[in-house]
Amino acid sequence: MKDVVFGQYYPASSGVHHMDARAKVLLMLAYVVLIFFVNSFVGYFAYMVFVLVATLVSKVPVRTMLRSIKGVFFLVLFISIINVFFSGLGEPMWKWWILSVSVESLLHAAKMALRILLLVLGPALLTYTTTPMELTDAIESLLSPLKLVRFPVRDVAVIMSIALRMVPTLMEETDRIMLAQKARGASLDTGNIFKRVKALIPILIPLFVGSFRRAEELALALDARCYNATPKRTRYRILRFTWRDLIAMLVFSVLLAFIVLGVIKRGGVLLYDFDGMIWDIIRSWVH
Amino acid sequence: MSIEVEGLGYTYMKKSPYEKRALDNVTFSIAEGDFLAIVGQTGSGKSTLLQHLNGLIKLTEGKVVVDDIDLTVRRPDYKRLRYLVGMVFQYPEYQLFDETVAKDVGFGCRNAGLSPEETAQRVREAIELVGLDYDDIAERSPFELSGGQKRRVAIAGVIAMRPKVLVLDEPTAGLDPKGRREIMDMVVRLHGTVCPTVIMVSHDMEAVAEYCNRVLVLSHGQLVYDLTPAELFAKGDLVRELGLDTPVSVRLADMLRAKGWDVPPVLTPKALADAIADILEGRV
Repeated sequence: MKDVVFGQYYPASSGVHHMDARAKVLLMLAYVVLIFFVNSFVGYFAYMVFVLVATLVSKVPVRTMLRSIKGVFFLVLFISIINVFFSGLGEPMWKWWILSVSVESLLHAAKMALRILLLVLGPALLTYTTTPMELTDAIESLLSPLKLVRFPVRDVAVIMSIALRMVPTLMEETDRIMLAQKARGASLDTGNIFKRVKALIPILIPLFVGSFRRAEELALALDARCYNATPKRTRYRILRFTWRDLIAMLVFSVLLAFIVLGVIKRGGVLLYDFDGMIWDIIRSWVH
Repeated sequence: MSIEVEGLGYTYMKKSPYEKRALDNVTFSIAEGDFLAIVGQTGSGKSTLLQHLNGLIKLTEGKVVVDDIDLTVRRPDYKRLRYLVGMVFQYPEYQLFDETVAKDVGFGCRNAGLSPEETAQRVREAIELVGLDYDDIAERSPFELSGGQKRRVAIAGVIAMRPKVLVLDEPTAGLDPKGRREIMDMVVRLHGTVCPTVIMVSHDMEAVAEYCNRVLVLSHGQLVYDLTPAELFAKGDLVRELGLDTPVSVRLADMLRAKGWDVPPVLTPKALADAIADILEGRV
């Protein structure tokens, strides 16, 4: 039981934590889709404000949120570099072989980086504030229209929740087996790659044997409690759409309206060119 | 060969919302020849304490010295420590993995870099020490054995490393009374022959009363008592307060005393039976 973090969930009591998980999932889907329509820095700024406010309301420490970015740091760096040198946009200020850098390419790279970061931050907030079980319930509820085409939504949801339920158990078991084999002198973190892979065998085999044992026991237990014998199952946690979810949706729809406003074109020209307006303001200041 | 623990403390997942204080200022020492029990409720820190004894948990607070290995130094010799202090985890049969029993038992020896001949000899010795028939079992798959046999094989895997201290976490968990007795008889045999010091975590107070010469009682990560089983079970209120069971013979003796029988303090069914026989036959 060494430093096991169950998923990403950050336990706290906040408006975001208490939201209906379905509302959070829907909002997150909208958030992820909408971000691909953002074309201006002002739009990204609005997005950042949205994430920041949501984070502050959720009581998840900003530092914890930023930790979720760590995983994509190199991806962002890589994509930014590619975009700076290969975008081929605008008047090159610097050119060498097939590489060129322009003001436009720099701005474009910055936008791409922002897009990826925001793409990671939003869903991270969802997993920080929603337990895996709530997420499964939400997905089950949102997929329930598929029952009409005889898709076994309930069984899929049960499979998902069992899988999630077993993650900490398996982590704990892995930990215990690792300790047991270490106690027998196994060294897991020394030697070359082949040695290390070979050192995994004494851990993986007991883990698999244990998983099969558990699966069998669980199947028996489900059977013994007449799983699937009743047509309708009631549930312990009931998702409820409340005023919190309404507020969150309203706030998001402001963002939505703003972003949509930013992409409307009339006669091939942006109706509201937010970035252009900002440029104008800066220019008038400079002069 | 002794173990010194001083001011030992440990906190799991420090600085996270899941932070948990598991051990707090635990001090005791173990002498060679001790058959020591560590008891306490679930979550009292027993397993955390055990794992400190062979360096599976890195020392963060306090002092632990095993024989001549001081765990407070910057890079202690963990490898040697793990062969000195053999650790048998709860449900050790779940760690079996190799194709044959002999190979699985020899895992620790191979990791120590011993020669195949030396390993083979130790494996044979260890399998016989845990009370199994080497010729019958050595070439079978550990997964086709019975539950009790599997557990013995797993314990043999630790014995083959020839530890001077044997540490067992709930060695009789999940066994029936016969299996429990067999495993405990085996541990006693090992204590008398190859492992001079045995440390055992157990919820089985019958075994603690019958076999151990010393009991450490942990509660909420603190060492609250260090005494003999006779002293512990003489304090009936304390035992209940700590949420521990009272051995059947101790309870029966108490009931007899309440009825006016003059029964001496006993810890095992056999001692109680002898005491009753003495009274009935008028020897006292």
